Amino acid sequence: MVAEISAAETLRLEGVRKSYGVGTPVETEVLHGVDIRLETGEFAALIGPSGGGKSTLLNVIGLLDQPTRGKVWIQGIETDKLGDAERTRLRGLSIGFVFQYHYLLPAFTALENVMMPLLAARGRPDGAMRERAAALLDEVGLTPWKDQKTNDISGGQQQRVAVARSLAMKPALVLADEPTGNLDTNSADGVFDVLRAVNEASGTTFLIVTHDPRLAQRCDRIIELVDGRIVSDRANMNVVRRSGAAFSESAGARPPS
Amino acid sequence: MNRLTPFEWIAAMRFMREGLVQTLLIVVGVGLGVAVIVFMSAALSGMQANIIRRTLNYMAPIVVIPPEQVARQLREGGGKTAALVQPRSQQLRSIDQWQKVRAQIERLPEVIAVTPVITGPGFALRGDANKAVNITGIEPETYLKVIALGDKIIAGKLTVASSDIIIGTELAKDLGADIGDKLRLTTASGASETLNVTGIFDFGNKRVNEGSVYISLHVAQNLLDLIGGVSSIEVKVRDPFEAETIAQAIQDETGQEADSWIKTNAQFFTAMAAQTLTNRLIRFFVGLTAALGIASVLVVSVVQKSKEIGILRAMGTSRGQVLRLFLLQGAVMGLIGSLLGSALSFVFLALFRSIARNPDGTLMFIIEIDPPLLVMTAVGATLVGILAAALPARLAARLDPAVAIRGG
Repeated sequence: MVAEISAAETLRLEGVRKSYGVGTPVETEVLHGVDIRLETGEFAALIGPSGGGKSTLLNVIGLLDQPTRGKVWIQGIETDKLGDAERTRLRGLSIGFVFQYHYLLPAFTALENVMMPLLAARGRPDGAMRERAAALLDEVGLTPWKDQKTNDISGGQQQRVAVARSLAMKPALVLADEPTGNLDTNSADGVFDVLRAVNEASGTTFLIVTHDPRLAQRCDRIIELVDGRIVSDRANMNVVRRSGAAFSESAGARPPS
Repeated sequence: MNRLTPFEWIAAMRFMREGLVQTLLIVVGVGLGVAVIVFMSAALSGMQANIIRRTLNYMAPIVVIPPEQVARQLREGGGKTAALVQPRSQQLRSIDQWQKVRAQIERLPEVIAVTPVITGPGFALRGDANKAVNITGIEPETYLKVIALGDKIIAGKLTVASSDIIIGTELAKDLGADIGDKLRLTTASGASETLNVTGIFDFGNKRVNEGSVYISLHVAQNLLDLIGGVSSIEVKVRDPFEAETIAQAIQDETGQEADSWIKTNAQFFTAMAAQTLTNRLIRFFVGLTAALGIASVLVVSVVQKSKEIGILRAMGTSRGQVLRLFLLQGAVMGLIGSLLGSALSFVFLALFRSIARNPDGTLMFIIEIDPPLLVMTAVGATLVGILAAALPARLAARLDPAVAIRGG
């Protein structure tokens, strides 16, 4: 089968299988042939019980891990033929990560943490980077805290810095692994609002792993992974987009570049 | 964040500042090591230079003597050969055509000064006292260029006219002689000469002070029955450590036997080589200790920061960047440690100067810390830092981001 990749497709997985301990007696397959397509601008939740392979799937999609079989395309680029350095580069350019724990560098300020991916990619800091980072912090509502060291701000704020950082390279796809798992309800809602706002403002595609059904209900699409298989993948009719119509139109009107 | 500073530098500096206590401890540790190395090297070379200077001022680097006399077979080849050949007794002999030999030696480029000397045994008598002495006949104007005898005269003056004699302090005491007194020298040949004491020397060595006398070359030639001859030619060279090669050249050139101080003081050189080896060993182990310290601090840092490193990698930081980030930390710790150590070594030096003094208050010996040593130490410590960081840096660069973020 020849895959046809549309320009509006951010992610495509075909028959992705992942085994650990390959070639040993304890070989275990964690993913049993997963197919997913994410159109540009989608805001999707990945749910399912613990141990169902969600994190493994996210690592494979994030190019942190390679599938044992099957293929992964990021923005139409077939990734299984790339070398380690090219994967690192593509990961840096196209994919943003938000984890359950923020993993900010405590030696740096909030602003510097947001600059970090740009700095790693370009080598030396410049004014444009600083402006970009400041704009992102403004977007997540953290301008007053931008020069604080990250240990001096609250958990919700730290996670919002991590969200801003994941957006620094203007990635096509943001992978969020239980981004609100460590937060109280208020902070969790705050972070989720930020993710949603970014998605609506910039059309960045999001794939969010969550255990919180309340938050899953706020996503456009819910994909359920159980025991390494997708058991359901449906559009979420409950969601009411604040600017739904306008967004759909603009996404549909995007020229096929 | 400075605009010109690359990512690796910025991150390395921040990481080190974050673990400030660890960083400071290891920098102080490296500093102490460097101070010990710098100070020890300087002290050792100062001490050796001092010993060499002391030795060489009062000893000719090269002494040329006539070749040894050997018993030869009467007939060459064939015939019968005696099973035992009795070795010849070595009589006091002159260097054959010593003026020509002297001129040959003087022509060599490395040679600074050449002086003819005649030495032999005799007795010094005054009143009822008599002492066995070693007579040295010298040509003062050239002799003083080779041996700094002038420094050691403590009474009278250094003149060696035909009726003058210079004796040591012990001999003066034994014979009850003082400046201006007369004493008589006799030798085995029966010749004798009465001479005026014009100078008294003190070499700081009892045997030399009681057993050596200096007289003029001509008088010594008469007394030792070696008219017109000299028993040795003493040579001073520009670089005393080249003495052995120059001695070989003299031997080839003149056909006489030339002994360098390096050969005649083999034991001293062995001791010096042992000192140098000890110094190298200490340097090596101090360097190794510093390296292990830096490595252990960085390994701990890599383990502590493995998740942060993982996230940096996930954000697109290359393995090379992570590698350089840690190598830089090692280099900076080594460099700053060596700068601190250099400063400390000057403190050691000041301490040493206030403690290590001769009874009369003068410095025991001079230690100088020369700039090249400091530069070499700084470069060396930086390299050691980089080498020490190699293992932790590789650990960090090889971290699998997925595992690092997941793990624990």
